[in-house]
Amino acid sequence: MTFLFNSVVVLLLIVVLAAWVQLPWYGVLALAVVFAAWMALSRRGRQAASVTGVGISTLRQRSGSSSVVVIGIAGVVGVLVALLAMGEGYSETLRKTGSEDTAIVLRGGSASEVSSVLSNDNIEVIEQAAGVAHDKQGKPIASGEIVVAANLPVKGGAAGEEGSVQVRGVGEQALVLRPNLKIVAGRMFRPGMRELVVGQGAQRQFAGLQPGHEVKLGTQTWSVVGVFASGDAYDSEIWADANVIADTYRRGSSRTSVFVKLADAKALDTFKAALASDPRLQVDVDTTINYFSKQSEGMSKVMRIMGITVGSIMAIGAIFGALNTMFAAVAARAREIATLRAIGFRGVPVVVAVMLETMMLALLGGIVGGLLAWLIFNGWTASTLATGTTGQLAFTFKVTPALLWEGLKWALAIGFVGGLFPALRAARLPVTTALREL
Amino acid sequence: MKYFHLIWAALFRRKTRTILTLVSIAAAFLLFGMLDAVRISFDQAGKSANGAQRLQTGSKLSFIETLPQGLGEKIATVPGVKSVAYANWFGGAYQDPHNQVFTFAVSDNYIDQYPEVQVTDDARKTFANTRIGILVGDKLLEKYHWKIGDQIPLQSNIFPQQDGSKNWTFQIVGALHPTDQSVAFYGQIILMHWKYFDDAVMKGYNNGRVGWFVTRVKDVNQADQVAKAIDALSANSDHETRTQTEAAATASWMKQLADIGLIVGSIMGAVFFTLLLLTGNTMMQAVRERTSELAVLKTLGFSDRSVLAMVLAESVLLVVLGGVIGIALAAILIPGVSAGSGGFLNLPTVGANSWLLGIGLMLAIGLVVGTIPAWRAMRLNIVDALAGR
Repeated sequence: MTFLFNSVVVLLLIVVLAAWVQLPWYGVLALAVVFAAWMALSRRGRQAASVTGVGISTLRQRSGSSSVVVIGIAGVVGVLVALLAMGEGYSETLRKTGSEDTAIVLRGGSASEVSSVLSNDNIEVIEQAAGVAHDKQGKPIASGEIVVAANLPVKGGAAGEEGSVQVRGVGEQALVLRPNLKIVAGRMFRPGMRELVVGQGAQRQFAGLQPGHEVKLGTQTWSVVGVFASGDAYDSEIWADANVIADTYRRGSSRTSVFVKLADAKALDTFKAALASDPRLQVDVDTTINYFSKQSEGMSKVMRIMGITVGSIMAIGAIFGALNTMFAAVAARAREIATLRAIGFRGVPVVVAVMLETMMLALLGGIVGGLLAWLIFNGWTASTLATGTTGQLAFTFKVTPALLWEGLKWALAIGFVGGLFPALRAARLPVTTALREL
Repeated sequence: MKYFHLIWAALFRRKTRTILTLVSIAAAFLLFGMLDAVRISFDQAGKSANGAQRLQTGSKLSFIETLPQGLGEKIATVPGVKSVAYANWFGGAYQDPHNQVFTFAVSDNYIDQYPEVQVTDDARKTFANTRIGILVGDKLLEKYHWKIGDQIPLQSNIFPQQDGSKNWTFQIVGALHPTDQSVAFYGQIILMHWKYFDDAVMKGYNNGRVGWFVTRVKDVNQADQVAKAIDALSANSDHETRTQTEAAATASWMKQLADIGLIVGSIMGAVFFTLLLLTGNTMMQAVRERTSELAVLKTLGFSDRSVLAMVLAESVLLVVLGGVIGIALAAILIPGVSAGSGGFLNLPTVGANSWLLGIGLMLAIGLVVGTIPAWRAMRLNIVDALAGR
């Protein structure tokens, strides 16, 4: 009988948790309002409120064991939010790279810029295609760019330790195509010179990238003349004149990709159609914002799965910690609860009181954990070898409100499970046995 | 040891509490086991006795630049070099351009450089005689349900054939079986003939160039000198090289990929801090509940010190019991995780080192957690305790 009851409870629990995961914030709010109304208006609800009040007033005597619930859940939420913030920061960096009104053209079937090659003839055709915006002089706003990699010494690394950085050779119009990119120190490189401007992310990661310094790419010496900031994936790159880069890397007149400014928001289709109908070309076209967002998909999925796996295992530990604490709390108050039931309180208020107490502790834990994750990790800089690029991509952890909310939902779910079984035991314990205990 | 059953009985005095605590501890050590496996798989990559004999030579400029194939003959003449093989990146994808399969175009002796990757003699013979033959990693065969003898289409992200098509057809002639964790990567890749690749690729795309050389040295202790000598061959040319031991090269990649040590370390820090509190609370409760029983023990003549030892032993036993269950569970689950990740993660099973580290942590946590309750039990005054004061 007990077994049957327990299995039914477990089944219901799974259903409730599944629904909880799906519930949006306004659903939770509605639920909270309905619950508060029930507590304030119905007789049972008022009973539940008063039993909860008694429970909470005795919390201080149990502060040691109650803090186990709070800290256990804070640990889960803190780690979960931090790991998700890593994935969020990574995909955010790529997601805000590019814009709706610029397009990138790659050779057909290329997964990323670095594996694409476009000949000079192709590039001329692409620049003249319909849908490309023109500047005041009537020149198409387009930039044939070349993406390669360079090995540079890592800042703070051991002697001889080198990392890979993405190098982008750009045309004259590159800055027009990326209006959010600004030179923050020094100046832009001069066309035809062996000069580099470096992204502030790359500057943080690699040694010797200050304006005025010289660095070696392979056998050649380049001088760093400026630093740029864009707040997106370009921050991790270093830029130079496309012709000089092509020369250094023996690429002749070919380029890896072409960036163009579209005449207007609807011009993408015109542009696409124009390129598709040209027999000389076999290329893929996408808006730049789409292209960079897609690059982040695989990696951010992996990061998310990692966060949720670690979070789930920790949550199991925390649930059992909460169960332990609440069973002990219920056992300590067994006589008090039995007395309440003896004088006419029904099971529901008792169940609600115990669960409410656990969930309040859980909420507190969730807030503490989220806050800690935010304080410690928000803005933390990390880097990885991103898919589709040839260098390290620097990004900062982003603890967003959505992630904090997700953390709180996890906390409440843990509190719910951890409180349910002790609450049921409290309500189902025969009054006579409980009164005789101790 | 003679008190073991007494300690055991004390531990399971409150079954529910002990079991709930055990599950929490097990969850923490399950996580420890899995994260430690991740850390080790990052640490170990490229580190093996065979790996120490191999040098990798690539372009100094960056990993995407190529080198002339003829450099290999020069490298072979460097004193201390046993054999030289070379390979090129092919950029293969199966079915969808985004579904990448690591594919290398390799010299005929490439696989000789990797004695820890097993290929049957038959497979090697067929590979040598089949122009479009490929050797496929065993994990990859499983993943796509390919069989030996199958013809499969691969797209190259980079290289078109003479006719301009980027769809290549290959015939699977054998499997690569990595026998060591450090080369587990070879279970996930495809090797094709470099000669066929260089012949069949559209003119102007490869021009007899290779991506990197793999050199085996005669004496591991001379690896650094040999590496320097190899780099000296092309100094001041238009194809300067950078030669590293396989271990150093892999470590540098892994470090660029992610600072796994830091991530794993912070997670485990949070987990074990929480665990300390949780188990500490359980032990405090256990001792508080048993005050009178402990007093009885002392009345019977148990010394203060043996009471202290018993409570400490109980807490250590609790943590060790949960911890062993957790790590054992990790050992069972890890193969499933590796398989489930579709080859993305290649985790080693829980090794002796992880067990040792884990058990060390269990003992430490058990002792820390037991100290305060054990101290209390030791200082217990019989008269007060029995009177319930």
